[in-house]
Amino acid sequence: MHHVFTAVFEPGFFGSAQVHTAVAVGGLVAIVSAVTGVFTVLRGQSFGGHALGDVSAAGGAGALLIGLSPVAGFVGLGIVGAGAMDMIGVRRLRGRDLATGIVLGSAIGLSALFLHFTTATSATTGSVQQILFGSIFVTSSDTVLAAVVLGAVALASLAAVCRPLLLSTVSPEIAAARGVPVRLVGLLYMLALAVSVGLSSLAIGAVLSTALLIGPAAAALRVTTSVAWALVVACLLGLLAVGLGVLLAYDSYYWGSSHLGLPVSFFIVGIVFVTYLLTGLPAAARAGAGSRGTAPTLAAAENDKIACMSATGGHRRQRART
Amino acid sequence: MFAAGFMMNAWITATIVAVVAGVVGYFVVLRGAAFPAHAIPKGAFAGAAGASLLGINTLIGLAVFSLLGALGIGSMRRRGRQDVVTALTLVMMLALGAAFLSRTTEYEPQIYSLLFGEVLGVSTNQIPPVLLLGIVCIAAVAVIYRPLLLSSIVPEVAEARGVRSHRVEMCFLVIVALATAMTVPVVGALLIFSLMIGPPAAARSLTSRPGLAMIASVVIALVTVWVAIAAAYLYNWPVGFFVGTLAALSYGIGRGWAAWRRTRAVPVTTPRLTS
Repeated sequence: MHHVFTAVFEPGFFGSAQVHTAVAVGGLVAIVSAVTGVFTVLRGQSFGGHALGDVSAAGGAGALLIGLSPVAGFVGLGIVGAGAMDMIGVRRLRGRDLATGIVLGSAIGLSALFLHFTTATSATTGSVQQILFGSIFVTSSDTVLAAVVLGAVALASLAAVCRPLLLSTVSPEIAAARGVPVRLVGLLYMLALAVSVGLSSLAIGAVLSTALLIGPAAAALRVTTSVAWALVVACLLGLLAVGLGVLLAYDSYYWGSSHLGLPVSFFIVGIVFVTYLLTGLPAAARAGAGSRGTAPTLAAAENDKIACMSATGGHRRQRART
Repeated sequence: MFAAGFMMNAWITATIVAVVAGVVGYFVVLRGAAFPAHAIPKGAFAGAAGASLLGINTLIGLAVFSLLGALGIGSMRRRGRQDVVTALTLVMMLALGAAFLSRTTEYEPQIYSLLFGEVLGVSTNQIPPVLLLGIVCIAAVAVIYRPLLLSSIVPEVAEARGVRSHRVEMCFLVIVALATAMTVPVVGALLIFSLMIGPPAAARSLTSRPGLAMIASVVIALVTVWVAIAAAYLYNWPVGFFVGTLAALSYGIGRGWAAWRRTRAVPVTTPRLTS
């Protein structure tokens, strides 16, 4: 038994302060990302979610250059970016795609400039990689506090607009007819997304930020049609990926003789990706057994719509009573 | 600015890149495929990291990874949501890149130039492969031009006419991948995206005729790149910054022009509706 234990958890895993911080910060971010992610996947705004990660990383580079706190840089530019995307036009689907692209392109240009000046003035090695990939093994205690506060803000604002948000996701027309301020709710959602993504790309890097935002939520929405259950399953999957990823990254230091180790992001993303593929298997098997003519993407979209309808059903009843 | 040999190389490669980005980008904007157009070059960056780990030519690493990315996105898109699949393929490729980078002792400036481009550092023997890939891209677009255009604008009509839209989609993603592989060493993994989005989007707000829009898109892309190189040469700022800013600026001007034209066109069109 002991042998098995030491084989799974290499020496010092539970005693390491770095591991404690990594699991705590990673777990917090996983939960905030999973909750935001369910709405993001339902609304079909994965591109926006990913782009905001890059936009806030550009803010981080700018903050590094002028000596501002990284939290202000990441979250600040993320919010500006989200506002710009909303303003340029995120209402129509194709316009949204383009608006996201334009904002993302300019943000990448800015980060090229910031990084150019940073590397020109001070030879801080690893800053490019830090901003691009991030690592949860090097999180400072200031960041942890900021992460807790910002995570709470994002979750609270999502909880506040939850029902109108779901309704306007399923059918903007019905929502508007019922007096939901669709535009305002959409903007609030974008701001919550910006805070959540800014926080996660600061704490764990832009790559992991997208992985934890989209992966667990998409996998959860494949196994359940209820939004409430999807939220629970997404949180659990996110936590599982972070815990297992940190463990494997820690262990990888002992693999082979080189003692180089592999990055945490590699393991977490790998787990998220495999989970998503596995949750698609039942639907694939059903599609294979049934008629091959039906378009699976359409069926999936219908499922999501039904899921939203059942979730917003409560909203309808509530309004009927009043 | 034109005398030095390395500057001549920069002008030539940038021109090839702009032509390809203008043509391929037109379809990217038409199909609303901005996310794959961002994901394939960015993910292909991992291939370059892997190639430098194995000590082979970065162009091969880029080509292999961008093709893998395109095929992955294209094949998984049949099941599941398109944007989700694109996002997950991208992060998986980036995570592989992070793993490769953790194993190499690559210098920071080299990673930076792969991401943001080093158009001023193009050597003469880099031009032939870029030119070859560019010709292949344009030729491929020319071959599938009609079905591609039809399935981009009216997918239902294309299906009814017997166009296999999934096959067209796959071909298109492979073209994006080829364009990526050739442009990444020149303008960087991140800025080819700006060039594929900004100028074509601006061109689309100028005219709705496909052929004309494509020409306008190439012209705007050329101007963007030429101005960016000249500015980068003069001010010694990264070329990527100018490409990103000018691409966004051209889109803004295009939108402004379209809005201005709409306000003038309103009195002409409304009476026709009532008759």
